[in-house]
Amino acid sequence: MKTKTFPHGIHPPELKNLTEEISLQPMPAPEKVMIPLLQHFGAPAKPLVQKGDEVSLGQKIGEGQGLFSASVHSSVSGKVLSVDSFHHPGGTPVPAVTIANDGQDKADTDKKEIKDPFSLSPEDIRDKIKEAGVVGLGGAAFPTAVKLSPPKDSPIDTIIINGCECEPLLTSDYRLMLEFPDEILKGAELARIATGADRIIVGIEDNKKKAFELFQEKIQDYEGEAVLLKTKYPEGAEKNLIYAILRREVPRGGLPFNVGIVVQNVGTAKAIWDAVSTGKPLFERAITVSGQSITEPKNLLVRIGTPFQTVIDFCGGLKEDGNILVMGGPMMGLTQWTPEVPVVKATSGILAWKAPAPGTEYSCINCGRCIEHCPMALVPTQLAKYVQFDKLPEAESWGILDCVECGSCQYICPSKILLVHWMRLGKNKVMSSKQKKSA
Amino acid sequence: MTDKLFILQSSPHFRDKDSVPKIMYVVIIALLPAVFASLYFFRLKAVGLYVSCLVACLATEAIFLWVRKKPLQSLGDGSAVITALLLAMTLPPTISLELAVIGSVVAIAIGKQVFGGLGYNIFNPALVGRAFLQTAFPVAMTTWFPPATLSFDTATFATPLGNLKFEEAIAQGTLTPLKDLFWGNTGGCLGETSAIALLIGAIILFSKKTIDWRIPLGIILALSVFTGIFWLANPDKYASPVFHALAGGLLIGAFFMATDMVTSPITPKGTWIYALGIGFMVGLIRLFGGFPEGVMYSILFMNTFVPLLNRYSRPKILGERRKES
Repeated sequence: MKTKTFPHGIHPPELKNLTEEISLQPMPAPEKVMIPLLQHFGAPAKPLVQKGDEVSLGQKIGEGQGLFSASVHSSVSGKVLSVDSFHHPGGTPVPAVTIANDGQDKADTDKKEIKDPFSLSPEDIRDKIKEAGVVGLGGAAFPTAVKLSPPKDSPIDTIIINGCECEPLLTSDYRLMLEFPDEILKGAELARIATGADRIIVGIEDNKKKAFELFQEKIQDYEGEAVLLKTKYPEGAEKNLIYAILRREVPRGGLPFNVGIVVQNVGTAKAIWDAVSTGKPLFERAITVSGQSITEPKNLLVRIGTPFQTVIDFCGGLKEDGNILVMGGPMMGLTQWTPEVPVVKATSGILAWKAPAPGTEYSCINCGRCIEHCPMALVPTQLAKYVQFDKLPEAESWGILDCVECGSCQYICPSKILLVHWMRLGKNKVMSSKQKKSA
Repeated sequence: MTDKLFILQSSPHFRDKDSVPKIMYVVIIALLPAVFASLYFFRLKAVGLYVSCLVACLATEAIFLWVRKKPLQSLGDGSAVITALLLAMTLPPTISLELAVIGSVVAIAIGKQVFGGLGYNIFNPALVGRAFLQTAFPVAMTTWFPPATLSFDTATFATPLGNLKFEEAIAQGTLTPLKDLFWGNTGGCLGETSAIALLIGAIILFSKKTIDWRIPLGIILALSVFTGIFWLANPDKYASPVFHALAGGLLIGAFFMATDMVTSPITPKGTWIYALGIGFMVGLIRLFGGFPEGVMYSILFMNTFVPLLNRYSRPKILGERRKES
């Protein structure tokens, strides 16, 4: 069958066989959860509880502040032990609510099921999504309600459901697609109604044929189609996915709505359905726990706020040789210094393996492979040199802000240059010098 | 909970297994068929030249690394070995070993290390060494002798291109047959004579994706078009594009020298301009220049433009509209 794809990109080892056949399993709630008030792109939520309060399962414990923010809910029922700064997988500690689980899972009683969610108005759908604290579950954790409110002058015609899961090792999205296809499509339909789009397109890579065939059949009931994509990294990056499916180019510095598209991850689509149909807030998510140093790799439904250590112990513990702990995928994930960090909304995976000693770094030999593989068609080696020599205007005009930090360049670099590191540094410097100028 | 220490690093956490030394070793392996061909055709003379170039290049590299306080294991990256092999392969078999050593020292010292070593040189080091010898010892660099497989009068022996240019080979009917050019049964620099050996090496390079296919294709294309026009206009005076592609240093230049990553452009558009420029220059020098052969000067000439080409050939970024920018 003919597959679609985008130019450039790479083929890292997939390693999905460790978990792809393992069904999602709900992990028992831990004795204690640490729920950070910042788990999304934007401003932290304002705490609504204090030490000693009793909270129920799904109770809102943090209120989103301003437009780019999201509310946070309790993932257990029990007693608030503290509201204090705590480790965060992002690297810097953030305010977090620690709750002792009473094991009852007492839920809010006033949450009502809605008979026909599809008859709701776009505003109502967005309100319910916002109320449930839904954010993009692909990794960037952008508040979903904001994403579903495109400006009036940018009409949306297509909702793309991102089922690529192009990161190696991760399989939780694949399991969601196999086990919750109806919920995902219903969530996509709600997103379609909320944005006034005409159709839904589900993009799935061809290493997940089973999921593709399932969606091809299920989507008959909706306006839209399932598209098979050639397995390639970073297929799931929004701009590349849009180009692969519809050959539309999101303008530089723009967002998908500029070309009439909203992209939602499969997990987010399911969360939208849960939030709107039952009022269930986002307090648990699907994650893959995998890597050669995890004793029993698994796909789990985990409560937000569960410490990584508890999750790893549930998977048989960490093998002796594991020396790297990553949240997310191996290409864009964040390394962790402690397994005490809690699972957050953006945690798509917990991975551990034995990382080899870093290879010798050579000077750039101008092989041009980073250019050949950059999905954004940038010139990474040149950008890195501009940043090294502090030539920020040049770096900006050569497109450093277009970098999505996918890591393709650094993956392929035979000189083992830390290209993404230089990109991040450069983006940071360019942004702060811009802010200074505008201030 | 645990005292275990984890590695903290910037993403990505997976890296491709290919590395600079591996790339260099692929090039060395790809050069071997042509090296063996030259050993077959030029026997002991070739052995002497390879050994002198290898020893001199590695020694010069080592001295520079030591003086610049760089780790000596950089010697193992294979780049100096490639320079040595390529330099030896572009020397005439008559040349004395002392000159080979001088060429090697110049190649590594002036061609590479003064710029900062691997990755920073502007010109192909082996060709810098060869250009130095060509200028300083022009007679030694243009005295040829026939391969061991041919019985010829050594005193008047010339390369196929020399024959073509100075001896009116087409009119005399003494133009080297294509078959000899293909197998390497002809005069010339050590490693350039056997087209088949070089093509086997090229297949190795392509299979490992070590070289940019645009470079050999662009060079051969431009040379063929250029020489083809003149050949079609006057086949009694000009040789065919096939002859030009197989004769002289064109193949070794197109597959092994112009493709040197360090000294070729990084962008696709720049690479096309660079490759077409080399092919055109080679044709120009061979047909109308003072030398019978022009591969070396063409590559060095186009090397000069690489930084400029890189600067003005930035690819279109995804989502970029060129008119606005």
